[in-house]
Amino acid sequence: MTALPWDLQLLNTLAALLLLLSFAMLSQRRIVSLVNLLALQGALLVVATLLLAWRTGDRHLYVSATLTLGLKVFFLPWLLHRLIRRLGVYWDTEPLLNITATMLVGVLIVIFSFGLAQPISALASTATRNSIGIAVAVILIAFLTMITRRKAMSQVVGFLSMENGLFFGAMSATYGMPMIVELGVALDVLVAMLVLGVFFFQIREQFDSLDLKNLESLKEDQ
Amino acid sequence: MEFLILLGTPLLGAMTLGLLGERRWAPEANVGFSLLTFLAACALTSRVVAHGNLLVAREQFFIDAFNVFLVTLTAFVGFTTALFSRPYMRIELMHGRVSTAQLRLYHSMYQLFTATMLIALTTNNMGLMWVAMEAATLSTVLLVTLYRTPASLEAGWKYFILCGVGISQALFGTILLYFAAEKILGSAGVSALLWTHLNSVKDQLEPAVLGLAFVFLLVGYGTKVGLAPLHNWLPDAHAEGPTPISAVLSGLLLNVAMYAVVRCKVLVEGSLHSSLPGRMLMGFGLLSVVLAAFFLWRQRDVKRLFAYSSIEHMGIIAFAFGMGGPVANFAALLHMTVHSLTKSSIFFAVGHATQKAGSQLMDNIRGLITLSPTVGWGLMMGTLAILGTPPFGVFASEFLILTTAMKQQPWATPILLLALGVAFAAIFGRVQSMVFGSTTAKRLPHPPALVPVFAHLGLVLTLGFFIPPYLADWYRAAARLIGGE
Repeated sequence: MTALPWDLQLLNTLAALLLLLSFAMLSQRRIVSLVNLLALQGALLVVATLLLAWRTGDRHLYVSATLTLGLKVFFLPWLLHRLIRRLGVYWDTEPLLNITATMLVGVLIVIFSFGLAQPISALASTATRNSIGIAVAVILIAFLTMITRRKAMSQVVGFLSMENGLFFGAMSATYGMPMIVELGVALDVLVAMLVLGVFFFQIREQFDSLDLKNLESLKEDQ
Repeated sequence: MEFLILLGTPLLGAMTLGLLGERRWAPEANVGFSLLTFLAACALTSRVVAHGNLLVAREQFFIDAFNVFLVTLTAFVGFTTALFSRPYMRIELMHGRVSTAQLRLYHSMYQLFTATMLIALTTNNMGLMWVAMEAATLSTVLLVTLYRTPASLEAGWKYFILCGVGISQALFGTILLYFAAEKILGSAGVSALLWTHLNSVKDQLEPAVLGLAFVFLLVGYGTKVGLAPLHNWLPDAHAEGPTPISAVLSGLLLNVAMYAVVRCKVLVEGSLHSSLPGRMLMGFGLLSVVLAAFFLWRQRDVKRLFAYSSIEHMGIIAFAFGMGGPVANFAALLHMTVHSLTKSSIFFAVGHATQKAGSQLMDNIRGLITLSPTVGWGLMMGTLAILGTPPFGVFASEFLILTTAMKQQPWATPILLLALGVAFAAIFGRVQSMVFGSTTAKRLPHPPALVPVFAHLGLVLTLGFFIPPYLADWYRAAARLIGGE
């Protein structure tokens, strides 16, 4: 087997770290750490984007790296930390499924994702095609995080982690979406978080807590 | 030019009302902006009918036979709902359910919501379409929670998270679409996500990737259409938000999401050369029809009842698009139109009725006919129309869908008929006891806006008797387009 050039090796390492962070998020119950992990995931994305930009000489990837840095590494974590302080939610309650079982499901998800991504990776001509499976795994694990958590804040972190996975997927499959789309997506994420900020205060005002078990009254058999 | 006014007016309206929405004339301004949007849509339509398809802004936006009629419909229902919302929201303000600041948010977001739907309909760029669909969710989340009650917050949260997660799947689908297209069209420039370009090379796109992309796109946009089993957000959001918002969510947003699904289906079918996308749509559609019909029996809240009815009708439309072929596509387009008109008129009548009764529970609403004959008859006629009784347009489209199903998918016909029958019994019984019977409720301070109710029902009735030739041509052209010719 021939050795990969160093930059590709580095990219693969970054992809592996991204997945590792997803698992860390899956098991983390302290919400402050959860947000820090999210910021770290964003930082890895920035490094990966810059590396790809340098490798391909594609100028729009530099713009997209700057955008990610501003939005996902600085602004959103800052906003979430502020919300955590103002709302005083530091710990998530016991997840719906215990941590060990969740991790095992996570491992199964990774295997499934690689199977799912196989046909796409085979067709991709990008240098990063091996990472497509990882991107799918990050998306699905974020999904699992959302399902197993009770606090609104952890679900939001899961949601953003899913967005990170999507971004990484777009990058590994096609070196990123067209600029106009990427800008639009970033705008949507930004607005979504601002809306959520307002929303959290409304929930708190009404229930004195951000626990989602308060939000389970609208069922069919009332 | 018309196009600029069409998209510019609601955006300008959102800004103006966001800044000055606390003034007394804000509801009238809302109507004014919506009217201007509607007039621009009419001008655009007549131009497209006369001169054919339109590509603007470096091909980022386009109008063809399929989306032009949805643009007009969206602008029209947006306008009539604004008319309805004027007295309705004034009464809510008097009842102290909303403050003037909340009303400002409401009007501003109403215009923004219209703008995002029009962008989603007219954009040629599949990526922008995704952005606009997500923006449509975001602009309505705070409207669903407008009353700040525990139930409305729960509904808003569910709406936000379920649609957010759903639409993320659609983004992944869009990425896969771009991935397949880039190989053929090249990544230089931005043409690889433009629908018109994709459509012209669709038979060269890699089938394996597009098949996978369609699964994600269908799940993603299907969540917004309210297809079972991804429909959970829909009844809550419809029941807990203000009634004008229920009317536009049901009458317009679901249509726009369905439009996105169909646009994707055209591409994928062209690449796959198989009926897989159609079969998937039929499956989801049929499941929605059946599930909704049986859930209808368990409803006590009148707005939830009609929300489930929307799921049922979206299921019928998905089924019809899934069958494909000129007749089924024609019927599906007709059904989209008449469902949108009828369902919004029902929500208008229901809105006035719940305000009079002071409750959304059907047990508390009685004797509408003595309280206000027009509201009572409006609700009764709307209900008969939506249930598919003969003179109305819904009958025509359902009849076409059922007869096509008998020819193409005979196994599905008894299931559809059974579900329609169950839905009929469930809804008709409830509405009958709401309309007739005795009551003690008082009159309301502002006269209800009933023009929109009867205007919509009149249109639906006309469509049942006779479809004007230019409209029929238009539907046929759209049906051919969807058929992939």
